[in-house]
Amino acid sequence: MIGKDKKVFLVDDDIDFKDQMEILLKGFGFEVLMGESQAEGEALLKNNKADLAVFDLMMENQDSGFILANKAKRINPEMPIIIATAVAAETGISFSVDTEQDKNWLGADLILEKGIRKDQLHREISKLLKL
Amino acid sequence: MTRIKILVIENEAIIRAGITLVLQSFTVKFPFMEKGFDYTIIEAANGENGIEIIKKGGVDILLLNNKLPGIKGLEVLEYINTHRLNISVTMITSDACLDLAIAATNNGADGFIAKPFTPQELRISVENSTKQLYLKRMTRQMTTQCKSIRYKFLSVLSHELKSPLNAIEGYLQLMDDKELGNNMNDYHNMIGRSMQRISGMRSLIMDLLDLTQLENTQGEIVFRTIDLSEICKMSIELIRPIAIQKNLRINIDISSGIMFMANVRDMEIMFNNVLSNAVKYNKMNGLININMRESGAEIIISITDTGIGIDENDIDKLFLEFSRLKNKETRDISGSGLGLSILKQIVESYDGKVEVKSELGKGSTFIINLPNKPKI
Repeated sequence: MIGKDKKVFLVDDDIDFKDQMEILLKGFGFEVLMGESQAEGEALLKNNKADLAVFDLMMENQDSGFILANKAKRINPEMPIIIATAVAAETGISFSVDTEQDKNWLGADLILEKGIRKDQLHREISKLLKL
Repeated sequence: MTRIKILVIENEAIIRAGITLVLQSFTVKFPFMEKGFDYTIIEAANGENGIEIIKKGGVDILLLNNKLPGIKGLEVLEYINTHRLNISVTMITSDACLDLAIAATNNGADGFIAKPFTPQELRISVENSTKQLYLKRMTRQMTTQCKSIRYKFLSVLSHELKSPLNAIEGYLQLMDDKELGNNMNDYHNMIGRSMQRISGMRSLIMDLLDLTQLENTQGEIVFRTIDLSEICKMSIELIRPIAIQKNLRINIDISSGIMFMANVRDMEIMFNNVLSNAVKYNKMNGLININMRESGAEIIISITDTGIGIDENDIDKLFLEFSRLKNKETRDISGSGLGLSILKQIVESYDGKVEVKSELGKGSTFIINLPNKPKI
């Protein structure tokens, strides 16, 4: 159980994706703290502490996920952040966070395409938590 | 002022100078546009020089004599034609020669002016060329804009169609993996959400059909005088079954015999869209007031619900294509995000207007004004 005794922030305005991600994360043993907007995400960051964060990219703003990621890194630079997006499938634009520079600029440690399979998600989270 | 560049290719110096004199202070204004046109004139004494100037670009109108010392005017015309240059060409002819006229027209000349010509004839010719040029450019610009709007629409549409598929696929994957165990009842919520997304997708497809019908200008669209009260009452009967499920009370206050010249299908779509919203976004045990009356030369339709209401800041977004207000109140209501944009499009095509008054948590009123003048 990679999420045992760990908390994760999950912020997404697409409730279907949020519910599905919640089930997977709970399945990994995490306690899931949820929000449905950039504003709710900011409130979560202010009042709680977590070991991992999964943010949607486009919410109120086109770059809500990046804004949240940058704010989160300022509060807790150690917390790994995953940005989940359907951007690549929709537009063909893809982001990568291969270099340290990308990481600092985007605030995210990993950009995940929505629709990722459970085993892939498990593997990526393990890597981020250095388990 | 928009500046138009005119090139004059003419071997007689006195004629070139005359043309320059007449046109350099000439301006053209059209009633359909704000800015007028004025002219810069460049002279060339032969075809070879003329082509050099054309190669540099920027020439809008060419006044071209055929009888030139070196290459002929027709050859210059051919150069423009083969290079597909967007230049309006007027041939200067010294004699009314039919063969030349045919050859020049075949090569894309837009007009002729016969020597000797008066300053007024010259001005009229240049004014016509300017108008042609402007209309051609406008047409091209509109075609490009139209393509880009269509592209945007299609890319948003494909997003709207893909996102429910992704959601349903995700739920099916979770069910396939038996993520919540073996008890079927635990998947109730996932199945419910999937059905919800499917129903949203279905209403999107229905609305797209409405939209296609509205935009299809081919074929016969029948306008006739119809009784709007009857059409409204039929729409009310259509929504009644869903209203009963929510235990909504419907108050109808409609003057009878409101006659209006319209296409029946347009009016049906208009009422269906606004009435189905009043049901969908209403609360349990709520109320719908439907009011329609004639006031002077206007028909006023007002539909009030006691639903979730709309935030003041969101009202402007309401009528945009594919705009759905996302919040906790609307998440379980399926919609395409097209209904109100279709409504607005219909009402405006009858020179009418739609207005919304709303209070968050209390309800909304949609007021439709239709000017009741016979439509031809």
